[in-house]
This record gives sequence, structure tokens and C-alpha cells, in this order.
Amino acid sequence: MQTVRTDVAVVGGGGAGLRAAIAVAEAHPELDVTVLSKVYPMRSHTVAAEGGAAGVVGADDSLEQHFADTVSGGDWLCDQDVVQYFVEHAAHEMYRLERWGCPWSRTDEGAVAVRRFGGMSRPRTWFAADKTGFHVLHTLFQTSLQHPSIARMDECLALELLVRDGRVAGVLAYDQREGYPVLVEAGAVVMATGGAGRLYAQNTNGAIVTGDGMAMAYRAGAPLRDLEFVQYHPTGLPGSGILITEGCRGEGGVLLNAEGRRYLQDYGLGPETPVGEPRNKHMELGPRDRLSQAFWHEQQAGRTVATPRGDAVHLDLRHLGRAYLRERLPLICELTEQYLGTDPATAPIPVCPSVHYSMGGIETDVTTATPLPGLFAVGECASSGLHGANRLGSNSLAELVVLGRVAGERAALFALAEPAPADARVRRDAADAAARHLSLMGRGSEPQVAIREELGRAMDDGVGIFRTRAGMQRTAATVRDLKQRYADVRVADTCPVYNTDWAAAVELGAMLDVAEGLVASALAREESRGSHQRLDGFGERDDARFLTHTRAWWTPDGPRLEHTPVTITTSPPATRAYGAAGAGGAGAGGAGAGAAGAAPTAATEEAGR
Amino acid sequence: MSGEVLGTITLRVQRYRPDVDEAPHLVDYAVPWGQDTSVLDALTWIKDHLDPTLAFRWSCRMAICGSCGFVLNGTPRLGCEHFVRDYAPGPLVVEPLANLAVERDLVVDLEPFLASLERVRPWLAPDPDDPPGETGNRQTPEQLLAYHDYAMCIDCLLCYAACPQVALAPDFLGPAAITAAVRYDKDSRDHGNGDRLPALDREDGLWACTFVGACSTACPKGVDPAAAIQQAKAATAAAWAAEFLLPRRGGRS
Repeated sequence: MQTVRTDVAVVGGGGAGLRAAIAVAEAHPELDVTVLSKVYPMRSHTVAAEGGAAGVVGADDSLEQHFADTVSGGDWLCDQDVVQYFVEHAAHEMYRLERWGCPWSRTDEGAVAVRRFGGMSRPRTWFAADKTGFHVLHTLFQTSLQHPSIARMDECLALELLVRDGRVAGVLAYDQREGYPVLVEAGAVVMATGGAGRLYAQNTNGAIVTGDGMAMAYRAGAPLRDLEFVQYHPTGLPGSGILITEGCRGEGGVLLNAEGRRYLQDYGLGPETPVGEPRNKHMELGPRDRLSQAFWHEQQAGRTVATPRGDAVHLDLRHLGRAYLRERLPLICELTEQYLGTDPATAPIPVCPSVHYSMGGIETDVTTATPLPGLFAVGECASSGLHGANRLGSNSLAELVVLGRVAGERAALFALAEPAPADARVRRDAADAAARHLSLMGRGSEPQVAIREELGRAMDDGVGIFRTRAGMQRTAATVRDLKQRYADVRVADTCPVYNTDWAAAVELGAMLDVAEGLVASALAREESRGSHQRLDGFGERDDARFLTHTRAWWTPDGPRLEHTPVTITTSPPATRAYGAAGAGGAGAGGAGAGAAGAAPTAATEEAGR
Repeated sequence: MSGEVLGTITLRVQRYRPDVDEAPHLVDYAVPWGQDTSVLDALTWIKDHLDPTLAFRWSCRMAICGSCGFVLNGTPRLGCEHFVRDYAPGPLVVEPLANLAVERDLVVDLEPFLASLERVRPWLAPDPDDPPGETGNRQTPEQLLAYHDYAMCIDCLLCYAACPQVALAPDFLGPAAITAAVRYDKDSRDHGNGDRLPALDREDGLWACTFVGACSTACPKGVDPAAAIQQAKAATAAAWAAEFLLPRRGGRS
């Protein structure tokens, strides 16, 4: 086993991890920062984000409105101190990306252009055509190359977070290229490993989005929070789940059922807006949870379109014209041509809801610190409190850079204040853990593919868009059974380098632990809020009982749950309304948000509807 | 593999396990396919159902992460955006990207490329005399267009597999790395051309390129590295002229 000492270890080389590393290098160039990533950083799943990143610019928008949209979009489960910090720093970080070279789309005058996005009351989504995540990631990666204090360990799979005396001591990883385990000794670790969308069969996520960092933190004693909140993106391609950006609807795309009706007007998102005149927070620009739920109802009523890969509705972009589509949505044109053999200028795109984003994750406060000293978490693997029960599109790319910077700066301060000395016990623990992980190679009888596919189906069925106790219990039982089978998981490959068979088994183990926590958290939430919707008598939001976060602790016998208060500062829970009902700022948190900046009130579990 | 099975194809895949095999060899696998089975889907089907030891890189499935470049029947391509139906009845030969060292099976060594990329300093250098303020730079759509296509590179390295000069001159920076330099050189916000010039203006930099154009043909994103290299050659020649003709160094194109 190789041992590397570093001041700050960053696990994950996507947008959040790279932004954190750059922050360490800029604020404290005397500190060493090491970025471990299981793929080369430019492969990280940030690359697939399409639509944009939110940040308030322009005279007709305000931080108060971004705050209000985010809090109501999150169905009041957001920690409002975090939302406040986020909206205040988002545009600043967008401009910083601009100065680093991000090719933001522009107005004719050369200012940064912004587009409409679901659940946002004003155009405030910065975009680089429909490849925003790609450009943000490459800008951050290339910018990171100029900092000599940033060392990278590419294609190193992190296996375990090491803890000693109640604080973080380092990360055990496996170098796939060299074929040996590496102990990265560090007193400060930033987890930035992304979400867990691959738990589900129908998802928009890349192969690498397997919840590794969540599982590592969970097993090491940090709690996971709000795991039950899983975002379905309303427009993925059936079967593959390939993402068709919300930017399509921001540009004026409309959703049609099998009868050609813009059905969203039947689900509280109307009145119908004229085709070609998209209106914020109306119809197709409603929030993702509401749109996905409307699809489910249409499917139940038999008004969806059957495709070889499952039921769909039509996303119609034809009225936008070929030239505009090529300029604003080039990736969508490429994707539909390749995967469907159609041109969005002449044929509507079949789409269905697909798991897209994990709102839950490693619990952090506004400083990205977790309850485990020395561990910080940021990006989709974290539950920062920003997204609540439903994330608004384009808030997460912005979160990567806003809180990524915070994570880097805080981790650096921690490393300076409380450096971790070399510890023989940590090295022994790491050697034992490495032996345990490596012993998986060349043994077992349970095929991974069966476990993975059964997990995906069980998650789709039991903890999907709508949930019942019976369905969730069935999924919980399936996950328990799969965990038992996983104890004898088959790893045929014994090669020390690029052993992707073994790596996939490690990832599958992480997925099962996160799935178990997710299902338990969902069962315990006896209400409907945001992306967590129940059909078994808990169909309403219940602030009296559940204006709370769900916190899951790992135990050998399964998750131990507790509920903790949500931080409410200026916006007490109100009705979440879109379409005509939400117009004019009635509900939607407008009242409270207008007072943003007033003295915060204490966190509360008591506030009524 | 959901959806209707339309046939079975033979995938002839190059295998190489460095701690066991003397040399790479081809192995045949029979794979069922349907209308939307990508080559990447076929490889994952082999891994799931026939041989879990097959090693290859993949992630996003939508031709943006750049992981799954292979040589398919002699042509470098992304596995996720090419479909088995177009190779039926087969056989379809799947080999690792050419001109790069094979680490294992279909996994090639990317370290030389990462070193080349770093050498060209692919980051934006602000105007030292007039750095942009908090709210950044203005850039018109026309100015964006000047470098936009070069910013679309996904580092998939299909161009390295296609380039005859990469095969002949192992130290050649290569199409993608040079394109990354040109992407910043042509960005109206950047003032780093002079810093990038030493890496480019070398025999193993720009001048190794013989303008065959295979890189641009291979590129799955329409980046046109050949054009980037030609533009950089012209700019470099202009910088020389400035150095010889003007009383001070450091001409900037």
C-alpha cells in the first residue's frame, strides 16, 4: 500500500470538487490539495448538465425572488440560511467562471444572456447553449491545471473514509492504473462524489453516479439527510433516460399527451399559455416534481403514447424552427438525431420522467461542514439544505461553485487549525480495509447484474414518483434480500489494473447502503412534500409533524432515523402555487421573502400551513 | 436489452491482460441487438452476460463525457453514439484507440495527453494591465464564435487515434491539445498567446502536423482541429515576423 500525505483531500473531480480544490489553492497556496477521482475529471457527471446555472442579474430580478422561488420550489424544506447565502453569492461565482473563460451565451451587446427555467419567476439561468455543465466542468478543470499545489490522482477509486479519535484521518483508495491501494492521509476531506441516480433503472445519470461518497461518509459515522427526496426529470428519453434539457421548455417547447392536449393545464399549472410564449412558473415552466406527477396521472388515465421503451408524452419543439434549435439547443438536435433518428424541427420528442438528482445526501451546514469533524461535503453528494424537497433546475450547477468555494476555504482553515499527524493506527486500519476490499476479487457466486437490475426495478416501483407504505415495504424487503446476496457477490476478474468488474461491485455495495437508507427515510415520512408523494392517506403536506429533515445514521442492523428541525428565517411555510394560482406573488413565499435580511427567527417545527 | 431483438451480431473485441497475456488478441462474442442498441450497450451486455472481466471506460451514454472512444471496424468512434444496427450482420471489430498505449483490453493510456494539455497552458490569462472587474468581460456573439467550436472538444482522443503524425512522433502535442491552446488564443478575453507560444512553436508542437486532416474527420463534435492548427501556424509565423521586424519582442496576434 502506497501512502500519500496531503493537507486537504478532495474526493471527486467534478464541478464541486474542482471548485473546492481551486479555492484551497487560491486561498492557501502553501497547502497541498489532492483531488482523487475514479474517472479523469472531465468525465465527471457535471459534464452532462445541460440547461444552466442560476444567478440573479439585471434590474428586474432580485435576490428576494430567487430566495422565494427556491424555498417554495423546495416545498419549505430548504434551510433558509443556506438559501440566503446561496442567492447572495451565485452571480458572483458565475462571473468568476466568466473570468476563467466559461463561454456563456451572450446578448448582442456582449452581456451574459439568461434564460427561463422551471419554477423560477424570472429569467436568471445563465447558460452556454445546452452544454452548460460541459463548459463549466472543462473551464474548472483547465483552470485547475495552473495551480501547482493541486495534485491529482485520476482513476483512483475511493473505498473508505478513515476516522480516528472522532475525526477524519484520510481516505483509502485504489489506483486502477497502477493496480495498488493508496492511503491518502489528510485531516480535512471534502467529499464531492455526486449523486446516486443509478439506484434506479430509469435514470438520466452516467454509469459513475453510484452514491460512493454518500456510502463512505454514512459508514464512517456521518449522517445522510433527506434521502427520500429524489428528483424525477420530466423529460428523459424512454429506456435510456438520456436527458432532454429543461432548456427546451425554457425556449418555448410544449408537452402534449396522446390526444395532442397540453395536459399540464389540468394539473394546476394553467391557464394554457400561447405556443411560443413561455411564461415563468406556468405550464411547461412549472417545477419538475409537479410535471413528473402530472405525467403519472396521464399515464394512469391512458393518455400517454406507447413507445417500444415505455410510455411517453411528446415534447414539441417544431414551432421553434431549425435555425433557432441549432443555435440554442444543439446538443438536443444531436441527441435526437443519433438516438431517435429524428429532427426536433420536424418531429416531437417522446419523453418520460427519469430519475435525475438526489436532493438528499451527506448532511452539512452552510459552511459545508458535516457533523464529523474534518469532513466536508459539497454538490449532489451533500444535503446542504439548499434544495429542500425539490430542487429547481439550474440551482445545482450554481451550488457546485458557490458551496464548492466554501468547502475548499473551510477545509483549508480546518487543515491549518487542526493538522492530522501521521498515525500508525490509521495506517493499520487502512491496510486492513484494503485487504477486505481486495478480497472480493476472484470470488463469490451472485452475479452483479442480477442484483443491480433487481435493485433498479425495486426502486422504480417502490420509491418512484408516487409511493405507498405497502410498495415501500416491498422495496425495503427486496433491498434487504439483495444485501444478503451481495455478501456473496461474484467478482470474476482478478487483474490488478483496470479491474472494472471489482470496481462495479464496490459501487454496488455503496448503492445498496444508500438504497436502504433511502427507503427507510421514505417510509418514515408520512406526508407528501415536493418529490415525496404518497397515495396511502398521506397525500397532504403535514407541517405539524414533518417540517423536519430526515436524518439516517448507519448501524449494522440498518438505518437509525431521527427528524431534525428545518431552519426557517424569513419565509414561514405557505401554499406552493404555480400557474394562475401562483401569479402575483400570492403564496409562493413572496411575503416572507420580501423581508429577507430581517433578523432570523429560531428554527421551528411548529409553523402551520 | 429491452426492446425487440432484431438479430445477433459477432463483436470481435481486442483483449489484453497485461499481467498474463504476451500480446493483445481478438475474442468473438455473440450479442443480441435491437433498433437502439449502441456499440456501448453491446459491450456492457458482454460484460454483464458473457465475460465480466472485459475492461473499457464509459459513463454518460450521450456523447459528452468522452470516455468511450474505440476503433470500430478500423474507424475511431464513440461507442455510445454508434449503433449495432449499422454494423449488422457483422462481425464488428472493436479495438482500443490507436496510437495510444494499451493499458488493458480497450483501456488506453491517457497520461501523455494530459501532459500535453497541461503544457499548452489551457487557461484564460486576463489582461495584466486591465483585468476585468467583478462583473467580468463583455464578449459579443461574434467574438464568442471566433473560438466557440474549439471549446467543444470533449477530450475523447478519437483525433489522436486518427492522426498519422501521433503514430510517427510520440512527443507530438497532438490535435486536441493544440486545439485547446488555440481555443484560448482566439478568445477575446485572453492575453496568454505569448505564454502558449513556446509549447506550440516547436518541432513536436504545431510543426509536426502535416495537415492530413484526419483529426477533423474523426472528431465527433465538429471541432476541426486541423483548422485550429493551421490558424495557429499562421499566427506563429506572424509572431516571428513581429519579432524580427519590430524593435521589441512579444508580438501578439
